[in-house]
Amino acid sequence: MSDKSKYDLVVIGGGPGGYVAAIRASQLGLKVAVVERENMGGVCLNWGCIPTKALLRAAEVYHLAATADQFGITIGQLSFDHEKVIKRSRDVAATLSAGINHLMKKNKITVYAATAKLNQKKGDDWQITLDNSEQISAGKVILATGARARHLPGITPNGENIVTYRDAMTPKTMPKSLIIIGSGAIGMEFASFYADMGVMVTVVEAADRILPVEDHEISAMAEKAFIARGITIHKAAKLEHVSTSKSAASGVKASVTIAGKKTDMTAERLILAVGIMANVEDLGLEEVGVKLDHGHVVTDGFGQTNINGIYAIGDMTGAPWLAHKASHEGVIAAEHIAGKSDGHTMKATDIPGCTYCRPQIASVGLTEQAALDAGYELKVGRFRFRGNGKAIALGDDDGMIKTIFDAKTGELLGAHMIGPEVTELIQGYVIARQCEATEAELMQAVFPHPTLSEAMHESVLDAFDQVIHF
Amino acid sequence: MAIINMPALSPTMTEGKLARWLVKEGDTVSSGDVIAEIETDKALMEVEALDDGVMSSMLVAEGTEVVAVGTAIAEILDEGEESALGKTPPVDTKQAKTEPVSPPDSAPVSEEKSSETQLTTKPLPKQDMETAPQQAPQASPQKQENKGDRIFASPLARRIAEQKGIDLLSVAGTGPHGRIIKYDVENASPGMTKADTSKLRAVLADPSEQSTLIPVSSTRKVIASRLQQSMQDAPHFYLNMDIELNALLAARKSINGAQPDEAKVTINDLLIKCAAACLIKVPEVNSSWEGDHIRQWHHADIAVAVALDGGLVTPIVWQADQKSLTAVSGEVKELVQKAQDGRLKREEFSGGSFTISNLGMFGISSFTAVINPPHGAILAIGAGREMPVVKDGAITTATMMTATLSCDHRVVDGAVGAKWMAEFKTIVENPMLALI
Repeated sequence: MSDKSKYDLVVIGGGPGGYVAAIRASQLGLKVAVVERENMGGVCLNWGCIPTKALLRAAEVYHLAATADQFGITIGQLSFDHEKVIKRSRDVAATLSAGINHLMKKNKITVYAATAKLNQKKGDDWQITLDNSEQISAGKVILATGARARHLPGITPNGENIVTYRDAMTPKTMPKSLIIIGSGAIGMEFASFYADMGVMVTVVEAADRILPVEDHEISAMAEKAFIARGITIHKAAKLEHVSTSKSAASGVKASVTIAGKKTDMTAERLILAVGIMANVEDLGLEEVGVKLDHGHVVTDGFGQTNINGIYAIGDMTGAPWLAHKASHEGVIAAEHIAGKSDGHTMKATDIPGCTYCRPQIASVGLTEQAALDAGYELKVGRFRFRGNGKAIALGDDDGMIKTIFDAKTGELLGAHMIGPEVTELIQGYVIARQCEATEAELMQAVFPHPTLSEAMHESVLDAFDQVIHF
Repeated sequence: MAIINMPALSPTMTEGKLARWLVKEGDTVSSGDVIAEIETDKALMEVEALDDGVMSSMLVAEGTEVVAVGTAIAEILDEGEESALGKTPPVDTKQAKTEPVSPPDSAPVSEEKSSETQLTTKPLPKQDMETAPQQAPQASPQKQENKGDRIFASPLARRIAEQKGIDLLSVAGTGPHGRIIKYDVENASPGMTKADTSKLRAVLADPSEQSTLIPVSSTRKVIASRLQQSMQDAPHFYLNMDIELNALLAARKSINGAQPDEAKVTINDLLIKCAAACLIKVPEVNSSWEGDHIRQWHHADIAVAVALDGGLVTPIVWQADQKSLTAVSGEVKELVQKAQDGRLKREEFSGGSFTISNLGMFGISSFTAVINPPHGAILAIGAGREMPVVKDGAITTATMMTATLSCDHRVVDGAVGAKWMAEFKTIVENPMLALI
């Protein structure tokens, strides 16, 4: 084997975990290759985070145009060009994917457009076979193959009227009606998008509330906002069966049990958004002996699997399935491999979560219930955006910022937000938590006026009965 | 324009402490005015202005220790003249020397000790470099509060530590740059509370909570080094003698009966005169070891130990053998006063041939004293105590004292010392002999 195909590190998967790990490792002086079977940037960039944000932006513009009258703006007949909306989303993804390829070149990272399979070590190096039969080797391997949409037993997506996220973001036409199974971030973003584009949307959630990982109050407020937008929501609803027919308007019939009562609902299309499953197949993991648990690769705080020299990061290692979690794990693993680790690992409660529906939802840390279950005595602050000048000026003052403190130590245990641009606001609390600020530092910090961020300040003040504008 | 430099107040002086400024910036001074006091080896020395003018800048802060000789300490300007130094704040060279400057990449400044002050020290303009040979603020431009090591800890870690009574000094930080974070405090070994870490603290850092740090004055340093050197270099031996004071007390009574109050003599004055007489009579004791020879002094230059706050000093009654009792007495009074005021001049406490140290006023019955170099011996005087004595086979009472002579065996042999003590006993018990 030539030196050319021998690397210090091979990263399998070029998504937000893999390509970031590769760049960091290259910065630290390692010779790095990435093996990517499809497009650099992975699902996030090509079929997830980014293109859906482009779609949601289109929906937002359409919504604003439709409500322009409240700002004194008169717009005549309003319509949208379906193909252009989808094309813009694809163009945004393509632009960014090209950008990743540029980053790979800039960092002298070799990219193999292939699938990869791990073989046993020869000497110090793991042998990796690519699907074009090429052989490469590396002292260390990072697995970063991500995940794909989970399917429900007996329900097979057909790409036509039963679809998953990938087809859901490139519809050939806008359906008249839509059933969405699952009310997590993906389900609610599609619900929000399609509803704004004029589709009759029904959400079916097995749990007793939508956005089940969020704080109860946030779930309740989101549900209220969605219902107000005309979205039908069924909670504690068990999907029993889905059948399809030739009829375009009612091509999908879903049988759902709600509170013991079986109900049939029909729609033109159905989106399955019931979570994801790790891509762990055909990688040679069994042959090499990498340990899995419930379909996910088991790793330690530095991404090390049970096999020395093999790391895994991102979605394939388990929840939360978030791009920024994968990227952060990639950096930690790369630094560990390069011997530059400062011992820093990541706590799940420090990973913020964002949902870009309308209203936006963002959170970090423990929910109120989780904090109570953990035995904390709490101080909880709430501030509604209707008390925030900027939100009122934006015409978008529905929402709340909720902060949860340990009454004893003043630790910010969690922050939960719903409302305008909260996905951009949450990092303030993320930094506060990372720096281990207490309520005192957050109170002493000066927040600029007029901004939505003032609501963050007020929420902290409210937790300690010092709120000003409420 | 005149730069006042740290003066060399003795040939061996290399540094001193700027004890006190006697003028303020902007004060008009004339040549010869005392502008500052410098604390050196054993005394305060005065610094005089060499020119007329206005005090422009004090370059060294009051209380600054270890100011090197030659360091510019002040600038005197003519009326209306521009400073060549720029407006330079005083520099505390002690702190600048002992405090490490925190690295620029260190973790965020902790709330507790964040008062770093950036001093702006302007360099001297080139043309003035020759006239101002040394600029005072050579020290680091950063100044830190002298409060021991800074502890980097997150606000949450600080609060939890406080609530749990954990001493952050005992906690190893695992956060960025070793910052102490919540995890570290929560996982600190349970025994390591504030109270439990006093021993550790003493090893690790400034034990400021269990003790008080007293800066060592120049005087203290000199006492320490000289007496340590004496005990190391001079082989000490000690001779005790019980001496009856009745006659001396009677003599003092009759002398003082004829003296005005301000001229009354003390037992100590009398003992100085007695010792002076013995030193002339047994000159081997009135000697100094100088390595390849012994210097035998012609006069009894007797140093008197004077206790001060934070030290002691031994001003000298020069040629005590030549002086009258009242002259000795007056001189001692004056020297003691000066010593207590810290105003002894260097020549008033340097040298001498013999020391008397008297702790009788504290009720000490007897003690051994450390020889005060370059002397060959020191006489330690205990308290006069009325006690039973046997005279001519009968028990009676007398006022007795115990005198102890510490001798440098390189200079004084046992028999010589004993001879001196015998002479001393004789003269103290028969003070009229001092007149001979």
